[in-house]
Order: sequence, then structure tokens, then C-alpha cells
Amino acid sequence: MAEFEPKIVAFLCNWCAYAGADLAGVSRLQYPSSIRTVRVMCSGRVDPMFVLEAFKDGSDGVLVAG
Amino acid sequence: MNIDLVMCSEVKSISGDPGNFEVSLVNHPRYIDPVKCTGCGECARHCPVTAVNQYNMKLDDRRATYIEYAQAVPLAFGIDTDTCIGCGLCENMCIAKAIKYDDAERESTLKVGSVILSVGSRGFDPSGLDYLGYGKYTNVVTSEEFERILSASGPYFGHLMRPLDREEPKSIAWLQCVGSRDANRCGNGYCSSVCCMYAVKESMIAKEHVHGELDCVVFNMDMRTFGKDYEKYYLRARDKEGVRFIKARVHSIIEVPETGDLIIQYADEAGKMKEEVFSMVVLSVGLQVQPDAAELAQRLDIKLNKYHFVDSDPFAPVATSQPGIYTCGVLQGPKDIPGSVTEASAAACLAGAELAEARGTDIPKVEIPKEMDVTDQDPRIGVFVCNCGINIGGVVDVPGVKAYAETLPNVVYTDENLFTCSQDTQDKIKEKIIEHNLNRVVVASCSPKTHEAMFMETLEACGLNKYLFEMANIRNQDSWIHSKEPEVATKKAKDLVRMAVARAATLRTLHEKVVPINKQALVIGGGVAGMNAALSLGNQGFNTVLLEKETELGGFSRKLHHTIEGADVQAYLKTLVDDVSGHDKIEVLTGARIVGFEGFKGNFATEVALDGVDKKRKIDHGVFIVATGAGEYQPKEFLYGEDDRVLTQVALSDRLEEKGADGLDSVVMIQCVGSRNDEHVECSRICCQNAVKNALHIKKLNPETQVYVLYRDIRTYGLLEDYFTEAREQGVIFIRFDEDAPPDVRSASEGMLVTVKDHILQQNVEIRADLVTLSAGMRAEDTDEMSQIMKLNRNPEGYFIEAHVKLRPVDMPSDGVFLCGTAHGPKLITEAISQAQAAASRATTFLAKDAIKLSAITAKVDVDHCVKCLTCVRSCPFGVPEFNINEKVIEINEAICHGCGVCASICPRQTIHLSFYDDDQIMCKIDALLEAEGT
Repeated sequence: MAEFEPKIVAFLCNWCAYAGADLAGVSRLQYPSSIRTVRVMCSGRVDPMFVLEAFKDGSDGVLVAG
Repeated sequence: MNIDLVMCSEVKSISGDPGNFEVSLVNHPRYIDPVKCTGCGECARHCPVTAVNQYNMKLDDRRATYIEYAQAVPLAFGIDTDTCIGCGLCENMCIAKAIKYDDAERESTLKVGSVILSVGSRGFDPSGLDYLGYGKYTNVVTSEEFERILSASGPYFGHLMRPLDREEPKSIAWLQCVGSRDANRCGNGYCSSVCCMYAVKESMIAKEHVHGELDCVVFNMDMRTFGKDYEKYYLRARDKEGVRFIKARVHSIIEVPETGDLIIQYADEAGKMKEEVFSMVVLSVGLQVQPDAAELAQRLDIKLNKYHFVDSDPFAPVATSQPGIYTCGVLQGPKDIPGSVTEASAAACLAGAELAEARGTDIPKVEIPKEMDVTDQDPRIGVFVCNCGINIGGVVDVPGVKAYAETLPNVVYTDENLFTCSQDTQDKIKEKIIEHNLNRVVVASCSPKTHEAMFMETLEACGLNKYLFEMANIRNQDSWIHSKEPEVATKKAKDLVRMAVARAATLRTLHEKVVPINKQALVIGGGVAGMNAALSLGNQGFNTVLLEKETELGGFSRKLHHTIEGADVQAYLKTLVDDVSGHDKIEVLTGARIVGFEGFKGNFATEVALDGVDKKRKIDHGVFIVATGAGEYQPKEFLYGEDDRVLTQVALSDRLEEKGADGLDSVVMIQCVGSRNDEHVECSRICCQNAVKNALHIKKLNPETQVYVLYRDIRTYGLLEDYFTEAREQGVIFIRFDEDAPPDVRSASEGMLVTVKDHILQQNVEIRADLVTLSAGMRAEDTDEMSQIMKLNRNPEGYFIEAHVKLRPVDMPSDGVFLCGTAHGPKLITEAISQAQAAASRATTFLAKDAIKLSAITAKVDVDHCVKCLTCVRSCPFGVPEFNINEKVIEINEAICHGCGVCASICPRQTIHLSFYDDDQIMCKIDALLEAEGT
């Protein structure tokens, strides 16, 4: 069986976490590709509905960073 | 645009007076009309002539018909007639009919009010230093060549290879101070200021680019990482990345003929000869003003110093000896990018102040085409996938992503580009929007944080609302972080593009609100920086309020006597205070404390409490400049405060002013007190020159006094190096000590006894001293309260943080807020002055406008469905939503709404909508990502 590869939706705050993710790129840090990011203007913009939608659609995890 | 570019031209002469100059130019032929040239590159593709590519430091070839680099502005080709054979192929190929073989040298004149001379420098050419083997051994390269080797658009496409055999190096040595700090061999006695940092940077990037291990060694005399946060970077290289730093000046380089490796011979600190073998050697070449630049300055009768930098006054750093002509960048003196950008703004400030009356009269109005109404149209999405040189294309299968995008709903056009941000691609996007009636655009490239605004402008320029745009970040958050897994990165790029396309379809036209700008400025802090900022703004014609918390203007400079150049600080301060106090546009408020603050760019209101006044004063202002300053660290080390023979440099200069150096047989100075240690990691930048300044002063007063400077690295950067040299010539003794073995200071009746381990003697020496002077570092002023009230960010050392270290060095992250002086970080008076002028210049860009456009990303309340539960009022981190008692509705002022969307998420009735990030515009991304698995 192939190794379990989780699908993670990440909601990133434009001003900190998203900028951090960009910086990780600039610094060429290498990390697993299981994450797909959704940019929001603030982690406070993440409506619980978004999290539920992600799980409903089959996401294995949700990351809210801000 | 209010900038005209005049390319391929040289200044012959300048006549007239400030405010009314006539500049005579020689316009050299380019042989291709830059107006007609579309930058398509067909001419270069068909040119049969191979020429050396100077841009890539001669490491590869180009054609005789060429463009320097892909992002060149203007994006137009030219013909290098030194190599062109005149075959006519390019003329035949050029559809735009831009080739002009008969182009000839012309002369023209320009009428201007002020002139800024910023002709810069080039790297030192080490060919003449035969012991380095440059030009003889292929694997010895200059740092400029190495930069090109590391670059994605360089000769090896960013793959780290050595020139001889295109093998990846196993070890690289950097040799510092090639063409700098070397009066004997090249005549350049100055320090170039930038080489230590770029060597550290190059070593870190080199380690990142190789596939295996890479040993990096930097041979140096002193590591001069004196800028803001530079010490942390140096320590990261040394302690985390394993870059080795060896204190030695290299004796010779010898090539191993069989392998092309290089043997470096050097003497270590104890004088022992050592030998190491490297795959490659990088010469960290210094900055040097080129002869043609010096000739130009001389033609304009501008006084230069012996190294051909502009001879400037310490208190007027960007002025030249010719009124109305200013300078900036390396022509002014060796400096890095933040310093150059700062000085450029400073020069613009002074140049603009003279023309303040005429401001805006010559600016052509930018016509933005009428916006197309796309409201009722079905989405027609264009997707542009960027290769970003090889940054994306080298990892992600860009043609595959482009082909995939074609299959997505609503996509009617796709394309891939080498650099989507380049001017030619921007033009192409505009063309394609019109040609294919695109009403939404997706760019899959780098980060929206850096490029969204630029692409949005492109949309605007062809009549498409700028908010009909979305980016997929397939570089920073994909190809760069999955660079070793191309398949995975490609799959992710497709996902990100699919999400972006889904969102693009949901985007709606938005319009930005326009608000007026209050034309008054507020400057916080009345030291040299604050006063210069206020004076510069006043001279630009803007009313300015200058706040000082003390009862007197002057700040820390009141404690200083002379600059190292010998300029009288107190005399300068007196003139400055008089100028500021007597200026009809400047109001000075001393004994002032900020107690309240509100508002936003263009419309701030600050409440100030004044000593002895009961009523608080409210100041309305459009911008503000933070210049709160810094002071001297009060040492806890080396018996300071216990024995009065231990004092700081500031106290020593007081003593020298008052009593001279009589009775001083011996003075010991200890560097890095309260700097470069665990508690305060950063270098305080100014202490080395302070020690040298006071040491020279002592020697001048009493040549018999023995002065010892105990140091870790002497950081007399730029032209300060000359004073370090002079101090050594005067007999000042410099003894290096190790960070782990600091000097020991004891009190004794015969004097202070200082023990230090001398690196050359390799043993402890004891020095008796009449005075021990501590080079105490700088400490930011206490701004805890003020920074909280005004919501301004500071770094762990208490210095305010600029918006971008290199690109926006005097802007703060919030719009309309600027920064200068030691509030930003330790610096010399001269540097604080240019920074203050720069901050004023940046503030002027705001104040010169009558109104600004606000972001359209704001929250709106659907009042018909709102039940006034006040959840939003309680939740907004900025206190924006308010309940209007008269109208009985919740109101959100879009001018102060930050667009965070907390209210939109928290509203239990979902009656608040955040434009551009409405529920459906986020939800669609989640659905698009997870519904279409298996791509």
C-alpha cells in the first residue's frame, strides 16, 4: 500500500503566515507538498463554514495560520 | 508617468543656475529605434555574430544585436557596432522596422531645475594583482562573476559550476578586501562597506545551490557586518550553516594544473603558514568609481576626494560643491543597497525642495482608459503561466500546466512566459485581453504579495477592472519549496491554477474610494534626524509639527562634540535648531508626549499632552515621521560605575574637551561593550569609529599618550577606514581579542590593570591604564508607550521596523508612516541626516497629492438583513463597525476598515460581505481543490 499522503487545506493570513510561506520559498526550505494554501486577509476571516466545507470535500486536515 | 528615460546618452556640460539649468547631452546611436522596437528578439535570434556577454561578466556569449537582460527598461534591443558585421539580416527580419543602420551620434539639450548625479561605480578589476592569479587561473573569479554564476539568468542558469570544467565545486574560498583597504597595492585605502555581507550571502546561496556538501571559507581581516540585523545574518552563516571565517590575508594562490584546484597559502593569526586546497576562489572585489564617472564630475566642477568619491560635507551628505547638483549612491561613498536607496530619496528631497513652487506643473496626466462593463458577461478567463527564468520552469512542467489550464472551465486563453513581470509580457497580456475579450485574468507565477499590484495595473491600463485578477503562487509556495520533486511540484501547480481559475470566475468589479489628504506632517522626535525631516518638509512647503519629549531640541547629539571628520556638532546643532525654530512652516512642541492616536493614511489625528499645559492638544496630519532616536548603553561590565577611571566614549570625549589629554600616559579602549553579545546580538555600527575618533583626538592633544584599542573586528567602513589607518600610523595599538576571552579589568592604586590575550603573541598581556574607555553600544529610546498607542512595530532591540530593508528603507509598513535616524538602528549623524531627508522625501510623495485611493477590499453590511446583534462591533480588532443610533444601523467606515474580514466570518446572519474575499470567493477554492482529485 502506498504511503498515506494527507490532503491539507491551509488558510493563511496575508500579512503573516502567507508572507511566511513566501519566505520559506525564498529561503528554499523544503517541506512536504501535502498542503494547498488559500490566502485570506486575516485568519479571522476563516469562517467555521470553510473548515467544515474542507472536511466535507475530503480534506484530511485543515491548518489555519495567522 | 512623470519620469522620462533618456538612454545611451552622456552629459557634456551643464550651464545655468539652480532652478534653471541647461544640460547638453551627447546621444549615442543605438541603431535600433527604441520606440518602434517591440522587444520580440527576432533580430538577435537571426544575428550570425557571436559577441562576449558583458552583462554576464564575459562568462557567456550574446549576439551583436542584443538586449542586456530580460527585464531591461526600456525593453528595446541595440546593436553593438564593435562586433556587428553589417550583414543586414536583423533589418530584414524586423517586422517593426526598428533597425536604423544609419543612426548617428546626436546632440540635444534638456532644461531642468536640479540635477542628481548618481553614476555609481563598478567592481575593482583585480587583473593587476598577480599574486591572486586572476585571469591566469580560470577557477579564480570575482564576486561579480560569481553573482552571475549563481543567477538563474546567468551563464549557467543558476547551476553552481566552476568555469574551468563546469564541475560543481566541493569547496570555495572568498578572499575579502580585494581592491579595498589596500593603499599599497591598488591605492584604494577605503573599505568598500558591502563585500563582507555579500560574501556571507554568496556563501549561503552557494551552499543552497549545490547538490552535496560545500565547504565555504571567507578569508578576512575583519568581518564588517555592521548594518541593521547584519550581525545575526553573519552568525547564522557561521554557527548554523557552517561557513568558516578565517582571519588572514592570503599570501598567494597557486593552481594545481591537473585538477584546476587552487592552493591557498596564508599565515594564521599566530603567524604560522598554512595551506588549503579549494575547487574555486572568489575575489570579493571592492567598489570603485570609474574614470569616466570621475571625469564627468570634474567636467561639472564637482569636488571629489582622493578616491574620486564626491567630497561631501558631513552635515550635507548628498549635496555637492555645485549648488543645485546633488549626489547619491556609491559615487557619494561606498555603500550598500539600503544606503543607496535612502540617499536617492534624500537627493530627490533636496532636488525637489528647490523646485517646490513648480511642483506638478510639468507632469502629463495619465489617461486610464474607460472601464469596460463586464457585469453581465460570462467569465472569459485568460491564464498566463510564468517560467520565471528557471525558477519555476526548471522544476514545474510549465507547458503541462498551461495545457491543463486550457481544460478548465471558463478558460478561453492560455500562455506561458519566460518572465511574466517583464515589460514585454505586460504588453502581451494587454494585447491578449483585448484580442480574446478576456474579462478575468489569472497569472500563475510568484507571490501576490510582491506582484499582484503590478499585474492589476496592467488590467487597468486596458480598461479591465483591476479586481478581476487572481494569482496562483507556483514559485514561492511551490517550485522553490519542492525543487527536488518536479512531479509533485507540477501536480501542485495544476491544483493551484485550478483553484485560481475557480476563484477568478467568481470575481466582481470593485471600485476604490477616494479620500482627501491632510497636507500637514507630524515629526516625532526633535533630534538631528527629526529636525532635518521637519526642515526638509518645511522647505518643500508643507506645514509640519515637530514633537520633542524633552524641553530642548537636539536629542543625543547634544552630547557630541565633533564628527570623525572634525566637523563641529554643537555649531551645526545650533544652526539647525535656529533654522527649525525660525521656520514659518514648522511648529515645535517640546515637553510633548503622545497620549492618543487615530486615523489612517492622509488623515491621522494625534493627541499630545504638553508639560505644564492641562488641555491636551489634537494635531491633524496626513503623514508622520518617527525619529525617536537612541542613546548610549549604560555598561554593567568592566567595573563601570564602580571605578571612575572607567568611562564611556561619550564621557571620554567630554573629558578631552574639558581637560585635554594632560596627565594621561595610557588609555585602554574596549570595543563591543553591550553589542555583539548574547543579550544584544547586533553590532552598534558607530563604536569603532568613535574609538578611532577619540584615539586620534588623544594623540593630537598628547602624542605621548599610549592608546590601546581592544577590539573583535574593527568596523571602520567606507571612508572611515582612512582614520583607522591614520590611528595606526599615529601609534595607536589595536589588539584583537576573542569573543570567548574578553579582557579582564581590575582596579589598582597605580591605575587600571587590563589583561588581554594578544593573538599575535599568543599570550596574555597586561596593560596599565589611566583610563579605561568602554565603547558602549547604542540603545533605542524607550518607545513602549508611544509604539503601542500608534500601533507601530519594533524589533527585539526596540528599533522600529521598515517596510522593506532594501526597497523601502525609510517607509514603515503602514501607509503614510516613515522612519529615520537612530530610531531605525544605530547610525552616524551623516547617515541620520540623509535618512531624515529621505523620509521627508517619501512623505512628500503623499503630501503632494490632493487625494488617495483606498483599497476596495472592505466589509459592507447588508442593512436589510442585519439584526444589530453587535457581534461585529465587539469582534473587530480595529473597532471599525459602529452602531448609528439615529439611523439604527451598523456602519462600517471603509476608509478605516482594514479588510481583515473578521466581521464577515463572525456575523451569525452572514450579512457582512468582504469585497474580493466574499464567502463564495473563498469557498470555490476549497471546492475546486478537493473536488477534482487525481490530476
